Amino acid sequence: MRVALFVTCFNDLLFPEVGRAVVTLLRRLGHEVDFPAGQTCCGQLHFNAGYRDQALSLVRRFTRVFAGFDAVVTPSASCAAMVRTHHALLVREAGDGALEAAVGEVAPRVRELSELLVDDLGLTDVGARFPHPVAFHPTCHSIRLLGIGDRPRRLLEAVDGLTLVDLPGADECCGFGGTFAVKNAGTSVAMGTDKVAAVRASGAAVLTSADTSCLMHLGGLLSRAHAPVRVMHLAEILASR
Amino acid sequence: MATLREPVPTFAGTPPFPKAAAAALADRQLRENLRRATTTIRDKRARAVAERDDWEALRLAGAAIKDEVLARLPELLVKLEERVTAAGGAVHWARDAAEANAIVAGIVKDTGATEVVKVKSMATQEIGLNEALAREGIAAWETDLAELIVQLGQDLPSHFLVPAIHRNRSEIRDIFRRRMAAAGRPAPDGLTDEPRALAEAARLHLREKFLRARVAISGANFAIAETGTVIVVESEGNGRMCLTLPETLITVMGIEKLLPRWQDLEVFLQLLPRSSTAERMNPYTSMWTGVTSDDGPQAFHLVLLDNGRSDTLSDPTGRQALRCIKCSACLNVCPVYERTGGAAYGSPYAGPIGAILVPQLRGIARHPVDEQTASLPYASSLCGACFEVCPVRIDIPEVLVHLRGQVVRQRGWRQRTLSQEALLMRSLGLALGEPRRLAAAERLAGLAAGTVARDGWIGRLPLPGLLGAWFRGRDLRAPARMSFRRWWARQRRGTT
Repeated sequence: MRVALFVTCFNDLLFPEVGRAVVTLLRRLGHEVDFPAGQTCCGQLHFNAGYRDQALSLVRRFTRVFAGFDAVVTPSASCAAMVRTHHALLVREAGDGALEAAVGEVAPRVRELSELLVDDLGLTDVGARFPHPVAFHPTCHSIRLLGIGDRPRRLLEAVDGLTLVDLPGADECCGFGGTFAVKNAGTSVAMGTDKVAAVRASGAAVLTSADTSCLMHLGGLLSRAHAPVRVMHLAEILASR
Repeated sequence: MATLREPVPTFAGTPPFPKAAAAALADRQLRENLRRATTTIRDKRARAVAERDDWEALRLAGAAIKDEVLARLPELLVKLEERVTAAGGAVHWARDAAEANAIVAGIVKDTGATEVVKVKSMATQEIGLNEALAREGIAAWETDLAELIVQLGQDLPSHFLVPAIHRNRSEIRDIFRRRMAAAGRPAPDGLTDEPRALAEAARLHLREKFLRARVAISGANFAIAETGTVIVVESEGNGRMCLTLPETLITVMGIEKLLPRWQDLEVFLQLLPRSSTAERMNPYTSMWTGVTSDDGPQAFHLVLLDNGRSDTLSDPTGRQALRCIKCSACLNVCPVYERTGGAAYGSPYAGPIGAILVPQLRGIARHPVDEQTASLPYASSLCGACFEVCPVRIDIPEVLVHLRGQVVRQRGWRQRTLSQEALLMRSLGLALGEPRRLAAAERLAGLAAGTVARDGWIGRLPLPGLLGAWFRGRDLRAPARMSFRRWWARQRRGTT
C-alpha cells in the first residue's frame, strides 16, 4: 500500500512534532510513508472564510499532488473532513468536469490518523506507553463532519499506563472555529475559557485531540493562565513508549 | 385606556455581531441565566427525541415536504387563497413589511378598534407590526407570558420560544411590580417571585384584555393548501383565547409556512413539540378554516408575507433556510448563542437560523448589505451542533459558509482599499500556492518567532486588528524553528 502523509500547513509550521510522530508511529508499525513535497494546504481556511477562489486553487494543487496514492493519512480530522466533504462541492460549483473526476478519485482515499489505524490497519493497540492522566477533546469536525466516532478514544484506552479522565461537556465546541477565533475573539475566548475550566477540573496533565487547531486555541489559553496542563496531539501520545 | 408611553426599543441600530456580543459577554447575570436555561432545554430535547427510533425518518420526511412546498410555492399559495376565500376568509398579499403593516392597520381601523390582543408571532416581530400600529394610535398587547414580560420590561425578545430567556424570576417580579399598572390591571400587592404567583399575576392582567379585545392578531405555524386551514401551536392557552374570543382575527403568515396536505401535519406535529419544548404532544393546537357562523371570529383576514422570501427562494443553497419551523432547537444547542444571547443578532431571528435567514431576507443575494447584516454569517464557529438537531435538516454550517462567500464577493468589488482580512487571506493564498514560497515564509516566521517565544508560545504582541485579537486572553503557538517539510528533507538526505 502506497501511503502519503498530508501533514497540513498548520502542523507543518506550528506543530511539526505531530508530523514526526506520525512518521515514527507508522514506521514502528512497519509502514513507510511518503511526503510529496508539492503539498501545501487543503483550502479549509479560505473556504470557511468565504474566499472560494483561493480555496479552489488549493484544491486543484491537493488533488494533483496526492493523485496515485492508495491512501493519504493526515493528523487532522478537520482537514480530512474538508477534503472528503467539501472538495467535491467546490469543484462541482466551479463546473470543472476533469477536476471533479480527479477529486472523486483522490478525496475518498484521505484518512484521518485514527481511521487509518483502526479501519485500514485493524489496530487499536499500537504498542504505546504514556503513564499520565489524559483528557480527550473529541473536536466538532471529528464527530459531526468526519464521523470518526470513538476511534481515537479506543486507541487511547489501549495505551499502556494512560488514564483517560472524564471531561464534562466534551462534545461542546472549544471556540476555535478558524477565523471565528479572531473575528469574534470575545465569544471564542469565552467558549475556550469554559472548556479550559472543565479540563483543569478533570485532573488531566495532558489534553489531547485529533486536531492541533483546537489545541492551539486551548493551549494558548492554558499557557496564558500558566496552567499545569500540556496539549499534545493524539499522534504524539500514540508514538510514545 | 392604559398604554405604555415610553418608546419601545427596537433592533434598529444594533452594532455588528462582535460588538453587540461584547456587551452580553460582560453581563455575568445574563450569561448565567442563558447557560442555565439553554442547557436545561437542550437536555430535555435530547431525551424527548431519543424516545423515537424513527426520528431520522421523521426529519427526512419533514425536509422532503418542505422542499416540495418550496418547489411548488406559487401554485400552493393560489390554492390556499382559493380555499380560505371559499371558507369566508379574506386573503391579502404583502410584498414587504410596509405593505403588510399598512394592510393590518387598515383592517383594524375599519373595525373602529384602538387596541388588539396578539398571540406570539415571529412574522409580526419581523415586520415591526406593534410599532407600526402604535404610530396609527392602536395599542397591541402581547399575551404570551414571555412576550408580556418583554413588552412590559421594554425589552427585546432574545429567543423564539422563550423570548424572556435572558430574565430570571426576580427580575420578572420587579418588571411586573413596576410596569403592569401602566398597561392595565396592576400586579397584586406583595407579589413574590414564586413561578405560580407570577403566572397568576399575568393571568389576571391578561384576562381583562382578552375579554375586552375586539380584534386579535396571530402568526401561523402552518397553513394547509388543500383545505385552507391555518394552525397555531402554543403552550399557554393565550393563543386559544386570541383565536376564539375577538370578532375579528388577522393572521400574518410568511409564505413558506405552507404545507400541501392535511396529512403532512402528522410529521410536523411530531417534529415541532419534541424539538422546541421537548414535549411529546403540543398542549394547545388551534386549527381553523375561514369563519364559522355564530362561533369564533366572524371576520378572518390572512396576510401572506413575502418580505425577502422570494429572493431567498431564488438561491439554490440558501433556500433551505425556508424549511425552518421556528422550533429554536438550534438556538438551544448553539455555544455562541449560549454566551451572547439573542439580542446580539440584531433581529427577532436569533441564533444559527437567524444568522442564515436574516441576511437572505435582507437581500444579500441581490445587493450589498450593511455591516451588521454582513457580520451575521460569521457569528459561528461552524461546530455543526445546529445541523445535528434541526428537525428539517437545514445544513446551517453549509449555508453560513455560502453566505460568507457572498459577503467576500460583495466586499471585493465595493471596497477599493483591501481590508486587513482580505490582505491576510491573499498573502496566505500566495504563500500556500507554491511550496517554495511556503517554505521561505515558514523559515522567516520561525526565525522571527525565535526572538519572542518562550516554551513554544508567544505571550503578547502589540499587533493591530485581527492579529492582535488572538492575544486577547490567549498566547500564540510559536512557528517552529524547523518546519516539518525541512525536517523531512534533512532526514531524507541523511538516510540516502
